[in-house]
Amino acid sequence: MDITSKKDVIISVRNLRNQFGDHVVHNHLDLDVYRGEVIGIVGGSGSGKSVLLRTIVNLNKAKLGSIEVFGQDLTQLTPRQRAPYEQRWGVLFQDGALFSSLTVAQNIQAPMREHLDLPQELMDELAALKIRMVGLSVEAGPKYPFELSGGMRKRAGLARALSLDPEIVFLDEPTAGLDPIGAAAFDELIKNLQQTLGLTVFMVTHDLDSLYAICDRVAVLADQRVIAIGSVDDMLRESHPWIREYFHGPRARAASASAHG
Amino acid sequence: MSGQGREDAAFQVERSDQGDLLVVSGDWVVSNLASIDESLRALKADKPTNLLIDMGNVGRLDTAGAFVLSRTARDCLSREPEKSFRNTTPSHDALLDAVFKNADVCEIAPPAPRSILEALERIGASVHHSLGQARSVLGLCGEVVTALGRIIRSPKRLRVTSLVYHMEQSGFDAVPIVSLLTFLIGAVVAFLGSSILRQFGAEVLTVELIAYAVLRELGVLLTAIIVAGRSGSAFTAQIGSMKMNEEIDAMRVLGLDPIEVLVVPRVLAFLIMVPLLAFVANIMGLVGGMLISMLTLDISPSMFFVRINELVPINNFWSGLIKAPFFAFIIALIGCHEGLSVEGSAESVGQRTTQSVVQSIFMVIVINALFAMFYIEIDF
Repeated sequence: MDITSKKDVIISVRNLRNQFGDHVVHNHLDLDVYRGEVIGIVGGSGSGKSVLLRTIVNLNKAKLGSIEVFGQDLTQLTPRQRAPYEQRWGVLFQDGALFSSLTVAQNIQAPMREHLDLPQELMDELAALKIRMVGLSVEAGPKYPFELSGGMRKRAGLARALSLDPEIVFLDEPTAGLDPIGAAAFDELIKNLQQTLGLTVFMVTHDLDSLYAICDRVAVLADQRVIAIGSVDDMLRESHPWIREYFHGPRARAASASAHG
Repeated sequence: MSGQGREDAAFQVERSDQGDLLVVSGDWVVSNLASIDESLRALKADKPTNLLIDMGNVGRLDTAGAFVLSRTARDCLSREPEKSFRNTTPSHDALLDAVFKNADVCEIAPPAPRSILEALERIGASVHHSLGQARSVLGLCGEVVTALGRIIRSPKRLRVTSLVYHMEQSGFDAVPIVSLLTFLIGAVVAFLGSSILRQFGAEVLTVELIAYAVLRELGVLLTAIIVAGRSGSAFTAQIGSMKMNEEIDAMRVLGLDPIEVLVVPRVLAFLIMVPLLAFVANIMGLVGGMLISMLTLDISPSMFFVRINELVPINNFWSGLIKAPFFAFIIALIGCHEGLSVEGSAESVGQRTTQSVVQSIFMVIVINALFAMFYIEIDF
């Protein structure tokens, strides 16, 4: 980790405060994400992992604080000024959030159609390419989302998130609801795509296996802020009770054994 | 590192004896491809020999850029496509490798029906579907009646809380809108009567016109239509989202009968409340008509009601109100039936809700017409 200081910070959250009514979710939350890393965000239920993701991608307005993505404080920009930055990230929602009235291929083409002026033939070719890249067969292209299984919907959602070749991909619990084989395959897919495309991956997860398998760093949310950040091995040395319980519990040991064995 | 300094993607072909060299430069990213895609495709027509692609001057490259280059290499079949690149960086290689591996073609949408035969087939299918629908509504009707029978034998089975809740939701809460709308319709009929009947010097007959129209037809019909749009659709949406959430299945597993728990209270609430609403509607329609008669025809309220009392037989009132429970039953039944027919996606809930409103209003008008013929036959 000697190059930490030289690393290029792609997302920088400073002094973030989020609250809903009287309920404070985040307070004085700081977080840096480096270009090209896979960062996993963990925390108990209700600790505001998804809220943090939604705040960074501007689906939720922060009460206080600054959020810089690509070196630009997006909270200060008008929607029109923000648009070019928003095209440089992709988001995979929990169940894919595919548009149900469009086929998989049309879903993938939707961002291209909206933001770019590509010839139809090229868009068709690119749709097929993205479908294959996320490990689906081309038969999935003309299908509607309701005809797909949960795992396929996630892959299709990922293909749509990658439609404009973003630099950052946000994943909200990518392996939730998948069987262990499907989850491992999805981890593998994310890792492969991340390496091939040079993506930065911001992943909210509960899945210990994912943390061990693909995350370069882990950020733990608790007490309304990031209480610890570092590699999984760093986490094992932390003394905070929640972190100890999380990374030393029976499931963590099993995940660790399978990752190292 | 990226984003800001955009450079357009460009290429040029250098021809030589050893083969053609395609020198590409600039940022080959998806947002730059719109202008260059066509000319790149056109290269194929020039039949380049032994094409080699030089990547030395490429700025940024993404999958879309790598894809169009790989396609060019493949289209100009002069050598092994994978080996027609030079001066690549490791990240270029990784991308090119990925796009070569994953290049494929796919259908974008299922084929749209075109021929007349297919159109006929769709007509047939929809007729078949409607018949099936009618049968299945009839089936639900039977289930509701048997459930009602069970409840009569052991009244404890009746969900009183649910019944009262739906009476409030679909009956009591609908009073303001039903009142306002029938008031306005009564007023409009009065205007119509006063302006047209005046031409025959018979403006005093406006009172009868209002009373016949509102009591026999408009009051109950409007009530039914409002209730179908307001509460019948709500039944579909409520039950439909429960169906999607597997709550109906959970009930069955727990030994609860969804008909008894969900459908019967709604049907009963409608049977009780719609006639009452229709009564309110009748009164408000008359009040609306009375107000306009007073303003435009100088018919005083007492005179208005005296005329109605003397000249409009009471059976007009009953003939309207008798229809209310029939409308109530069919609307509630269709609303619940559509809710129970929801399957799969959230889109289905929307479709079913629309269906529910369309079908119930259709049925209400059909039943109303049947009643009209029946009344004429029996001289009611």
